[in-house]
Amino acid sequence: MITDAAPIVTARVGHDDSHTLEGYLATGGYEGLRRALELGRDQVRAEVDAASLLGRGGAGFPAGRKWSMLGRADVTYLVVNGDESEPATFKDHLLVERDPHQVIEGATIAAYALGVAQAFVFCRGEFALGLERLTAAVNEAYAHGALGRSIFGSDFSLDLVIHPGAGAYICGEETALLESLEGKRGFPRIKPPYFPAAIGLYGAPTVVNNVETVSNLPWIVRHGGAAFAALGTGSSTGTRLFALSGHVRRPGWYELEMSKVTFRDLIFDPSLGGGLAEGRSLKAFIPGGVSAPWFGPEQLDLGLDQEAVGKAGSMLGSGSVVVMDDSTCVLRAAWRITRFFHRESCGQCTPCREGGGWLEKILRRLEEGGGREEDLDLLMDACDNIAPGVSWPPQQTTICVLGPSIPSSIASAVRMFRDELLLHVKEGGCPLRGAR
Amino acid sequence: MSETAVGGAGASAEEAPTVSVTIDGVAVSARPGELVIEAAERAGVFVPRFCYHPRMDPVGVCRMCLVEISGPRGFSLQPSCYVRVADGQEVRTSSEKARKAQEGVLEFLLVNHPLDCPVCDKGGECPLQDQALTHGPGDTRFVEEKRHWAKPIEISPLVYLDRERCIQCSRCTRFADEVAGEALIDFAFRGDAIEVATFPSRPFSSYFSGNTVQICPVGALTAAPYRFASRPWDLEQVETTCTSCAVGCRIVAQSSAGKLVRYLGVDADPVNQSWLCDRGRYGFEANGEGRVSSPSRRKGEGHEAIRWPEALRQVAGALQAAAAAGEGRVGVLGGARLTNEDAYAWAKLARTVLRTDHVDAQLDDGLPAATVLGLPRATIDEAVHARLVVTLAGDLREELPVLYLRLRRALAHDGLAVLECSSVPQALSAEGATRVGYLPGEVARLVGALTGDAEPGEVPGADRSGVVTARRMLAAAAAGGATRGEGVVVVLGRPNLAEPAVGYAEAAALLHAALPGARFLPALRRGNVHGALEMGLAPGVLPGRVGLEEGRAWYESAWGNLPGATGRGARELLEAAAAGELDVLVLLGADPLADLPDPDLARRALEGVGSVVAVASHWDASSSAAQLVLPAAAADERSGSTTNLEGRVTRVAQKVVPPGTAWPAWTIAVALAAEMGDDLGFDNLETLSAEIERVAPSQRGIDLDVLGRPAHRDGLVAPIAAVGVRVGRRGPRLIDPIATPGIASVEEQGAPLVVGDAVALGGQPAGIAGAGPTGSRPPLLGPPASSVPATAPRLDAYSLRLVVGRTLYDRGTLVAASPSLAPLRPEATVRVHPSVLERLGVRDGEPVRVTGPGGAVELAASADEAVARDLAVATARLGTGERPGIESLVAGEGPIDVRLETI
Amino acid sequence: MAHLDDETRRKALATVALYPERRSALIPLCHLAQAQDGWLTPEAMEDIAELVGVTPAEVRGTATFYDMLHTEPVGRYVVAVCTNIACMLSGAYETLEHAEERLGVHVGQTTEDGMFTLEDAECLAGCDKAPCIQVNHRFFGPVDPPALDRLVDDLASGALDEVVPPHGVLCRVERTVGLEAAGAAGVPAAEEAP
Ligand SMILES: Cc1cc2nc3c(=O)[nH]c(=O)nc-3n(C[C@H](O)[C@H](O)[C@H](O)COP(=O)(O)O)c2cc1C
Ligand code: SF4
Ligand code: FES
Repeated sequence: MITDAAPIVTARVGHDDSHTLEGYLATGGYEGLRRALELGRDQVRAEVDAASLLGRGGAGFPAGRKWSMLGRADVTYLVVNGDESEPATFKDHLLVERDPHQVIEGATIAAYALGVAQAFVFCRGEFALGLERLTAAVNEAYAHGALGRSIFGSDFSLDLVIHPGAGAYICGEETALLESLEGKRGFPRIKPPYFPAAIGLYGAPTVVNNVETVSNLPWIVRHGGAAFAALGTGSSTGTRLFALSGHVRRPGWYELEMSKVTFRDLIFDPSLGGGLAEGRSLKAFIPGGVSAPWFGPEQLDLGLDQEAVGKAGSMLGSGSVVVMDDSTCVLRAAWRITRFFHRESCGQCTPCREGGGWLEKILRRLEEGGGREEDLDLLMDACDNIAPGVSWPPQQTTICVLGPSIPSSIASAVRMFRDELLLHVKEGGCPLRGAR
Repeated sequence: MSETAVGGAGASAEEAPTVSVTIDGVAVSARPGELVIEAAERAGVFVPRFCYHPRMDPVGVCRMCLVEISGPRGFSLQPSCYVRVADGQEVRTSSEKARKAQEGVLEFLLVNHPLDCPVCDKGGECPLQDQALTHGPGDTRFVEEKRHWAKPIEISPLVYLDRERCIQCSRCTRFADEVAGEALIDFAFRGDAIEVATFPSRPFSSYFSGNTVQICPVGALTAAPYRFASRPWDLEQVETTCTSCAVGCRIVAQSSAGKLVRYLGVDADPVNQSWLCDRGRYGFEANGEGRVSSPSRRKGEGHEAIRWPEALRQVAGALQAAAAAGEGRVGVLGGARLTNEDAYAWAKLARTVLRTDHVDAQLDDGLPAATVLGLPRATIDEAVHARLVVTLAGDLREELPVLYLRLRRALAHDGLAVLECSSVPQALSAEGATRVGYLPGEVARLVGALTGDAEPGEVPGADRSGVVTARRMLAAAAAGGATRGEGVVVVLGRPNLAEPAVGYAEAAALLHAALPGARFLPALRRGNVHGALEMGLAPGVLPGRVGLEEGRAWYESAWGNLPGATGRGARELLEAAAAGELDVLVLLGADPLADLPDPDLARRALEGVGSVVAVASHWDASSSAAQLVLPAAAADERSGSTTNLEGRVTRVAQKVVPPGTAWPAWTIAVALAAEMGDDLGFDNLETLSAEIERVAPSQRGIDLDVLGRPAHRDGLVAPIAAVGVRVGRRGPRLIDPIATPGIASVEEQGAPLVVGDAVALGGQPAGIAGAGPTGSRPPLLGPPASSVPATAPRLDAYSLRLVVGRTLYDRGTLVAASPSLAPLRPEATVRVHPSVLERLGVRDGEPVRVTGPGGAVELAASADEAVARDLAVATARLGTGERPGIESLVAGEGPIDVRLETI
Repeated sequence: MAHLDDETRRKALATVALYPERRSALIPLCHLAQAQDGWLTPEAMEDIAELVGVTPAEVRGTATFYDMLHTEPVGRYVVAVCTNIACMLSGAYETLEHAEERLGVHVGQTTEDGMFTLEDAECLAGCDKAPCIQVNHRFFGPVDPPALDRLVDDLASGALDEVVPPHGVLCRVERTVGLEAAGAAGVPAAEEAP
């Protein structure tokens, strides 16, 4: 059942001028910030707690809880994570390009609630248009009194800097992001002790929140946390922006009430994914970005719910769903995803740096016809050395979870499609050659 | 033997473990804050590792050291090099899960690591190779193609990089950034494409580059001088001390087929903590070049070889004639290249047989011996843990590189406060030390302003606010201790050869008077200059920090008659020689023609003296001008002890045989005494060393036997009673179990104490070995009294005041004779403020004429914003035969003012 | 060319002033240098090193970590074809192969006339328009082989000059405000100009 919950973060997206201050103000822009300043810090935090807003960056940690963990110090920072590079994820891209003021307003509300005087939006470098629009919006926001000294006449002041990334997936990982923001190579830090809330940017306590997470804040403040929590079920409240891609007729983004909609709805409903191409059937789908283990048709009726997906052995992650129909060579799909992780490994940890490349080579050899039967066990054992147990949630031999994300697609392919892989060995190459 | 004095301190006082953890089922007490890998190692459990280095911050990236550690949510795999011990923690280093993880990491490392061990310098001492055997799965499952990169790149004249072999442990890049403070190499690219890289136009020209080679766990970084020189299994080694400068880093000297091939830094906790500078590391090459290999006699323009008996007869004849002519007809210069035993033997020979107190180990380029020996001495450890370090010395990076490293690390990493007093900004102020300037000649005035009670007056060359800040820093630090100044350490040297030493002696005396609790680290740089002074190779000073008069009774009872009058220092001695007042000048490895700040005086002196006898290891300018040359053994060719700038005495050990018929200098002294019908009282190193321990008051409790014990491998700081003993780590210590597995420092310093051939010569058995001096031990020299600082002449408007500093690589014998180092010497330039060049209409790099009281030299001009407008800065010992160096402008005493002209 | 010109230096100083610590400006400055020259010249890296207080080796080491920063010259147009999973499922490799044929270069190479550099990109976050392409970080999609031909024609003819600036020009909007918040040490960006 697809609910008719009103869009929260994409309400303005249909309008051509949604990225301008004028267009933003005409549609209730900065009302949330004004309201927040009236409510006061504590009340804003209470609303966010009541909303049970889960982080939208991938880990799904409750925003209110994260805020409460911010260490006390003279200087603290807020960093908005707009690095969005998880393959098949394109929601933050939409938000920074189409509604940059909403990101700024959300960040300002968060900074106000946290008592932070300096915030950064780390925007993926490849979003050139997004960077232009964010920068223009920042200029406008300062002029409008929504940023800078004494915001809207209050005693709250905030500086916000748009920081361009430069092309490295790992910088989406929050500690790598902070290193990058400090002008360094994007090497994730070891947690503990480097939990951003304790030791973050320049060693100061720092909150890192995703673009979509903060984009929800103006609405939550305006309508109250309870109204947000009334949407969805359990801890999965509000709406969420899902990115649908791959073998569906209508790839695109859909803002949907959480939990209420199933994967089947998302993929097949004519108002959403619109189903597969004529004559095709579903082979597998990835429920939450390429770091997530795959699902098969039997999981189609799961709701888009963080807990439910977690219990079923995968994750909702960044909210991106990739559909693979029966024309897909799963080996090739696993290889392409592995190649991604190999290319994007920061290179610190040996298992990730070397393991990714090795696994990619084995998969390519299998795809090209040089496979041996024992390669499947070898694949699984090498995966086990990166993520002991090869289970979900993964254990790890690495600093960050990029490493243990590598096995997801490989283990999915081996476990779900062992016969197809063995066919590659037997037939000396891909039985679906020519398939996409 | 003062057993109690050295033994007592024991290891127990050092540690107070308070955290209890369980490692592999065994309860272990660990120090709070200690890393799990360290606690495990002390408990005898070796966890494999690559990126971890005990002298750098942990990064936990290679993942080789993964172990299972208990936490709130049960056991998980954690890097033991990164996690610190916690009470009640349980660690499993070899559970099935931990072993699988470790084996997995090793297998991953070999994915891209070439198997070119047979042609790799590291083959045979490679932890990857070793661990692949002990921790790795038996056979390879890797059948894919490895990554390929172009073969080795020369990233500096001394270091080659083979990117294929790199395992991305970041030890080298972290060393460059964290320890040396020069990030000239960094990781480039990402993932498995990561490579160590320099910036294309800037080679890895660091004084410390060799350390990266030493700590590279694989053969990715190799040293140009060692490439393909030997295989690990052909190496023989001995633990000894580097005598390239006065820091005295502990090293392992390795030889192959009788030739020195490599030095490795030993992790001596109080001294070099495993680091070396490149000059020390590669300076052993000098042993092989330009050596004096047999006794020689001047013949025409050159020398002819003669046999030892003949040489001894001729030298003894000349000396005997001079000694017979009266007291003080012989001068002895040098000694900084000798061992302590050599120096003692020569000090005794000079006083008792040659009847002269004209002995000086310094060449008018250091500080008065009384200042060096009399001030309360600090250790390096005291300096890095001080409330405040004040430097009043040459640029330590150029002069005493590893002392610089230790201070820099303390400054940059641990927040050590450093006040640099310098005429020209030095490396420490570039790293964040507070700096106050002064015009050469005004150092005592500066110190007066910093320590005086009155409002400080104007100090030429210092800006007022700088003086006020420095004064405040000093006052704050000085007030902290029980005695005023306690916790302040002054590094005192001779930064400028064109400025009188007396200014620094005055400055030191003022500091001592104002801050009686402050301690001093004398920053004299020559190899064993401190040992030479300690052994009495200075006028008016007897072995063991004793004044000639104070020690007369004691020493006459031990040695026999002493000269009546205090002798002359190097400058006056050479002036006397030039005036024909000297019959024989003995050069003990000294090269005044090249090294005296006033080379013209040296030339006149050598011409004016009756005969010059050189006890020399190398053919240098002065030994080449000597009438008689006796070949001396060089470093690594003889055993004994050496003393560093802390007063720390350590063993030096013989590794190779000297060339030809060269002898250790002490045996030459013994033989000459015998030839002259005298007996020095010892004829082997044991008895010589025992005599020093017995006679020289500062050396009580210190002899070669004591120093040879495992607990004392890091040496003993003299005098023992005053400083107390720091007992080194126990048990065999590995240099770096990862970069050089299997290379443990030697347990006992088993190298023979006496060079085989040399013992056989002339001397009588030491009949008096058991006899000792009588009476009460003379007191050690105390701090010299302070005097009113002299005022320097004013600088006129057309002149620049000269600063003659030093550089690590100069034209001195050691660098000149090291093929790897010689090409690294910089060009001689004169650095001035850009406005000076503008005024002259000279462009950066063009030659100018520098004229001073002692003459004129032509040098390339170099514009430098950091140089004050009234200074001209040049470096000593960079001149060549055709192009005299800046030191030829140095004449007489007092600061030197020069003028610059276009040519 | 090469060193930062006065205009770029002015922008660079204004950027440095936005951060609590200089080094944070390293990557934004690399983008500015690329806007000037299309790539990061050694001279520009030396200038950046000085501006942010690190060694040139560290600037190069940091820059090469990131895919968007080029330490070798690239073409006026960097054509990045995403081949990651969503685009691959929609035919990205066919588009890429076609691009290689059409431009006559392999991935990673630049056409002889210096116009085009071809890249095989990771996911560009344009999966709803798969296969998606970026030219100098401006989005196009879906791009099948015929669409690629049209795109290349338009780029070559200058028809897209408005939409696609030369390589390196990332953000054509300049920040006009400096730091203002109470307690912030910064000064308005405009005052930083030399
Ligand atoms: C390899 C990796 C990549 C990530 N990429 C992103 C990203 O692109 N955007 C994002 O918001 N979070 C990303 N994350 C998650 C962040 O580390 C962090 O959890 C998130 O920004 C927190 O924001 P939230 O609490 O609002 O979700 C990534 C994590 C990992 C391990
Ligand atoms: S797991 Fe991979 S990406 Fe993460 S820190 Fe380690 S090497 Fe870098
Ligand atoms: S991770 Fe511990 S030694 Fe490298």
